[in-house]
Amino acid sequence: MRLEYFEMIDRITAVDETTLTADCLVPPAAGNPVFAGHMPGYPLMPGVLLIETMAQASGWLLLHRLNFTRMPLLASVKEAKLRSFVLPEASLQVEATLVHDGSGYAVTTGRITSNGKKVCEVELTLRALPFPTPELAAMVRDRARALGLPVAAPA
Amino acid sequence: MASAFDRIADLIAETSDVPRDKITPDSHVINDLGIDSLDFLDIVFAIDKEFGIKVPVEAWTQEVNAGRAPAENFFVMKNLAIRVEELVAAKQAPSA
Repeated sequence: MRLEYFEMIDRITAVDETTLTADCLVPPAAGNPVFAGHMPGYPLMPGVLLIETMAQASGWLLLHRLNFTRMPLLASVKEAKLRSFVLPEASLQVEATLVHDGSGYAVTTGRITSNGKKVCEVELTLRALPFPTPELAAMVRDRARALGLPVAAPA
Repeated sequence: MASAFDRIADLIAETSDVPRDKITPDSHVINDLGIDSLDFLDIVFAIDKEFGIKVPVEAWTQEVNAGRAPAENFFVMKNLAIRVEELVAAKQAPSA
């Protein structure tokens, strides 16, 4: 994870039409500006970044389903439960599951565990919109390849 | 079973802040009920689940934007109920 760049997912480990799993390693506290502020002398992974991590896993799942033709964007966050603190250097496993594939939107659930222990879960709605620029579409494809997500050539 | 209109009106009242008695067959979902796009997304999700369909909001929006159909065809409650009934019927019809 590179928290200050919102790069939350380190490696996508599996994906199919309804589920994506990924691994993340929380960075050390030393020298990290996020942990410098959250919180001074008591570094904790911010809950909003855990939600962002589940949203990104859902986004990669939808990109895979949409064959990278549209950009999923977070629209709503429901039933977020943050069950346990996440400390620097924690190893996280993220899972995103499709709940409903709508017209121009999708509903997913996200879940994070750490060594088998429940950390958090959420229900998310994401809109699927046209990519605002071809450069962003290309960058997303490159990032997907780097994370281990299969990317077909654009149509 | 309740009519499609009643079921949709109930869903809107449960999903948004709109009182059930304010929702009439002639209510425009956006202009009269004041439902914004995010609440409308929740309502569409609720309709999709309730009726087991996929409301083609994107196709409807494209038709309106292209001038091929007035927005009232889709977003006035009585017409929305008709569109939903059509989608349910199409789903139940045996495929050719």
